[in-house]
Amino acid sequence: MGGVIILISLASMGGLGLALVLMLVVADKKLSVKEDPRVEKALEILPGANCGACGFAGCGAFAAALVEEKSTVSGCKPGGNETVQKLTDLLGIEETESISPKVARVFCSGGIKETVKDKVYIGIETCISAHLVGGEKACLYSCIGFGDCCEVCQFDAIYMDDNGLPVVDLAKCTGCGECVRACSRNIIGLTDYDEVVHVYCSSHGKGAVTKKICKTGCIACKLCEKDDDTGAVKVIDNLAVIDYGVNKAPVESVNRCPTKVIRVSAPAPGYENMFEAKIKQSQKAVEEKKT
Amino acid sequence: MEVILIFISAVLVNNFVLSYFLGICPFIGVSDKIESAVSMGFAVTFVLTLAAAITWLINRYILIAFNVTFLEYVSFIIVIASLVQFVEMFIRKTSKTLYDALGIYLPLITTNCAILGLALFGALREYSFIQNIVFGIGAGIGYTLALVIMSGIREELDLADVPEPLKGAAITMIIAGLLALAFMGFA
Repeated sequence: MGGVIILISLASMGGLGLALVLMLVVADKKLSVKEDPRVEKALEILPGANCGACGFAGCGAFAAALVEEKSTVSGCKPGGNETVQKLTDLLGIEETESISPKVARVFCSGGIKETVKDKVYIGIETCISAHLVGGEKACLYSCIGFGDCCEVCQFDAIYMDDNGLPVVDLAKCTGCGECVRACSRNIIGLTDYDEVVHVYCSSHGKGAVTKKICKTGCIACKLCEKDDDTGAVKVIDNLAVIDYGVNKAPVESVNRCPTKVIRVSAPAPGYENMFEAKIKQSQKAVEEKKT
Repeated sequence: MEVILIFISAVLVNNFVLSYFLGICPFIGVSDKIESAVSMGFAVTFVLTLAAAITWLINRYILIAFNVTFLEYVSFIIVIASLVQFVEMFIRKTSKTLYDALGIYLPLITTNCAILGLALFGALREYSFIQNIVFGIGAGIGYTLALVIMSGIREELDLADVPEPLKGAAITMIIAGLLALAFMGFA
């Protein structure tokens, strides 16, 4: 009797399994959807971070869009020119627009130590909600410090330091711009890798007011403008603005800035030489102008 | 009449999640947004209904016919798994929209215990074919209901001031417990 049950079990389960396998095999053949093999290959080339900088839901969606020619290759900012090159080779299309690699920089120097707090915020600990009621710092252009930018970064490239300011890890930053979108006060910006000098303040407040509430804010004194060497700095609406199109870094303005908000930036790894060359070139231009 | 009773019982009184504690993994995992909870619930209802039909047939015409009902676990699992596979292929071929809507959730629930639970309950309670299908639909709607209620609460919870040690999974568990208690009221 036992033997019969084993046989029946084997036969019924085996038969069931076989029938199902056959069904799946046939279904796989009959119902297979032809997918462009290039989609998979393009996906392999892409960074795979699903950061959304291209405007698609993820790297998979971007790869599909590329193959269907709904997007251009240069949409992938984090990948850089290397990825663009590989993708153009794969898809056999020309891409004339080259990506200038970008990196995020935080244009606020007012951490906990430098700024005055005139309010107390108790509530949801995100910048976006604190921003609605004005945050804690007196300066309404300052970093709120809850780290919304760190939350959204897919590459762990931005973190809060002890002073309550976000710091960008330039080695990891791909310039996807997620933190720029996350910042409720728009103090994070994407800059070209090779831009040397930046204004590390976003305050449009009047100079006298800024001076009272922040030790390292732009007080619109216009010293950076005066006797301007390269014509690259202008104070617009109480804030020094650098015209990056001039192609010469305003190195002299860095020294003249009394609150030190115009600074030579830390170079991204691998770009140190480019930075030095650019600073030297700018200094040389200033010397020539003087003589 | 009995069919209506089975349906209401599966949706409310014997809710799969809140009374039998089946399919808890997606209940906790996919319930942080209402949108994904609805998609998941839809996919589960779909698979539950299909599984109810196919496992009834397997039970009646193979297991009972050959008197090998002790094999129900094995057979139900392989049937459900390959059924979901097949349905996924079929949908992918025929309706891109539906395929995208179900998305990741369809393969995710292939071996969900709620589905095996449904098949086993159906066999245990000796439902007729129609009754079993209604039981499947009811269980699916009950599952969706629980998931949507849970995700609604969790969306509100994001804004609430939860004590530090209870943040995250802990408060979710407490809420699941309270919700289960509330559903006990239907019994």
